[in-house]
Amino acid sequence: MGFLDIKNATKSYGAVKVLHETDISIEEGEFLVLVGPSGCGKSTLLNMIAGLEEITSGDIAIKGRSMAGVPPAERNIAMVFQSYALYPNMNVGQNIVFGLEMHGVPKPEREKAMNDVADLLQIQPLLKRKPGQLSGGQRQRVAMGRALVRNPDVFLFDEPLSNLDAKLRVDMRTELKKLHQRLKTTMVYVTHDQIEALTLSTRIAVMFGGHVQQLGTPKEVYDNPANMFVAGFMGSPSMNLFPARIAVENGQAVAETELADGTKVTLPFPKERGFAKHDGREIVLGLRPEVITDRDGADRTSQSVHVIDAHVDITEPAGSDTFVGTQLGGKAVTGRFRADVDVHAGQVFPFAINMEKAVAFDPKTEARIS
Amino acid sequence: MSSNATATVVRTGSGARFVIYTLLALFSLFYLLPLYVMVVNSLKPLSEIQAGGMMALPNEWTFAPWSTAWSTAQIGVEATGLRPFFWNSIIMVVPAVAISTVLGALNGYVLTKWRFRGDTIIFGLLLFGCFIPFQMVLIPMARMLGIVGLAGTVPGLVFVHLVYGIGFSTLYFRNYYQQFPTELVRAAMIDGAGFFTIFRRIMLPSSGPIAVVCIIWQFTNIWNDFLFGASFSDFDSQPMTVALNNLVQSSTGVKEYNVHFAGAIMAALPTLFVYIVAGRYFVRGLMAGSVKG
Repeated sequence: MGFLDIKNATKSYGAVKVLHETDISIEEGEFLVLVGPSGCGKSTLLNMIAGLEEITSGDIAIKGRSMAGVPPAERNIAMVFQSYALYPNMNVGQNIVFGLEMHGVPKPEREKAMNDVADLLQIQPLLKRKPGQLSGGQRQRVAMGRALVRNPDVFLFDEPLSNLDAKLRVDMRTELKKLHQRLKTTMVYVTHDQIEALTLSTRIAVMFGGHVQQLGTPKEVYDNPANMFVAGFMGSPSMNLFPARIAVENGQAVAETELADGTKVTLPFPKERGFAKHDGREIVLGLRPEVITDRDGADRTSQSVHVIDAHVDITEPAGSDTFVGTQLGGKAVTGRFRADVDVHAGQVFPFAINMEKAVAFDPKTEARIS
Repeated sequence: MSSNATATVVRTGSGARFVIYTLLALFSLFYLLPLYVMVVNSLKPLSEIQAGGMMALPNEWTFAPWSTAWSTAQIGVEATGLRPFFWNSIIMVVPAVAISTVLGALNGYVLTKWRFRGDTIIFGLLLFGCFIPFQMVLIPMARMLGIVGLAGTVPGLVFVHLVYGIGFSTLYFRNYYQQFPTELVRAAMIDGAGFFTIFRRIMLPSSGPIAVVCIIWQFTNIWNDFLFGASFSDFDSQPMTVALNNLVQSSTGVKEYNVHFAGAIMAALPTLFVYIVAGRYFVRGLMAGSVKG
């Protein structure tokens, strides 16, 4: 049993089931990110942990104590909202200590806690200001301070960075990660941004359509996606998915597909992957952009780099890399080349594919094949 | 010409402007004329009015009609002046406005932030209450007041106005709180604040503009009401409007127009006062939320 246990929890509004049976268990100090497109049930699940939404069936337990019927105030949680939800009529200091005041903490202790948090977040000079006089980043900090001061068992974050501009968002992301490393408090974080999910989390729950599609560490979710949704959702640019067929040549399993001009190409799987048993099966092959690269950029430690010559449809220089588009199995495929490779649209160019990282899915069920 | 300060103003030519201001001046004059007649004639001795010349300024300035209207004029059968009825109106209007505003705010808070099954129906019914003609409820209300023993008393009038006022005050506050971010309420819940603490510490401090709108609306309506006042009050609980009517209707031989004018101005002063003091908040409140800021 973990620190935060979600056991078979569901949520229905009338006949509509927005969250199907969900099981998530994390240890103390973990950073769980719930990620998925809008309407996937991630915010609902967070609100259920907070006690703002009731659980239709199942249970949520924090520190082994069932939260059924426990009001939000008594769960020892703190939450940072997307809009920050700072009380407009109170100044920053009053905002921060409001929760302590409500919990009957005496004034001298409140003052001390407020000053500690203000020092930690470097918002000491803002304490007397009203939220309306603060910038977006400052409001974000105050909202964080209001959560920190409570010293809760679990921090809940509901897309806290989505209202910030791009640069500030990246800075605050780093700061949040540092904060977690320092405090080592359990955190649950909702976002639709898969980069935020990968960078912040120690564990990710990828959600879609009210189901948890996959629960795992960032590396597991990225390298071993459980299905095509997870494969396509996590990573940017997203994973290339194109149709192929498994064949066995000389005892070696290969993926057969074709180039834009109809030429057959075969991509051999590493032997230890054991794909030979799927001889003849139609699959969807998944290759991340970074495993399709130029010959010299390919991973030298890999035993299964296979080079094919393909037509370059488009090149998109992105500063640090150049994204090169071609076609495999009738689908547009993007490879990530080193920035200074001399490659141009219209050329036929060698693409080095690292098949160690290839993943295969069933075209009908979209589930992973191994 | 500075352009920044007047960026929100539509530019017009000076010719058009002249026409606009002339028209505005004419209209103001037209609307202020009755007030002028009332004020001027309330400061004249009766003989000057009887001699004709309603529009003329007084030859002899006198405040006698004002003091007569206030303290000695014949109202119905007694010569008490309007003073006791003025206080009747005050002790009727203050609690009625205060309670209906607070209840409206609470209703609005519940209907937007503590939604429950059937809340839209409840709100619809409250709204419906705003549109029931006054005359329709006279007899049932009289019966009700009789049963609870409030007939012919000031508290009875307070009750009637309260019931009628809640529909409007709920409508105002509900629409205002609809725009109020629910995340704030949720944040306060997590912080450990209860139902009334959230209302008092989070909602009310942000409700200034709509409270002013509500107070002005209720105050004017209740103060100016004649029908309920005439129907549900006894002689000693009559509000100002009814007393003013009695002052004008009471016949002691001569029609004291100057006293009537003074009484009518007195009856209008409190609402005028409320508008002047709170008027700018009124406009601000009605416009609140229309522009993000």
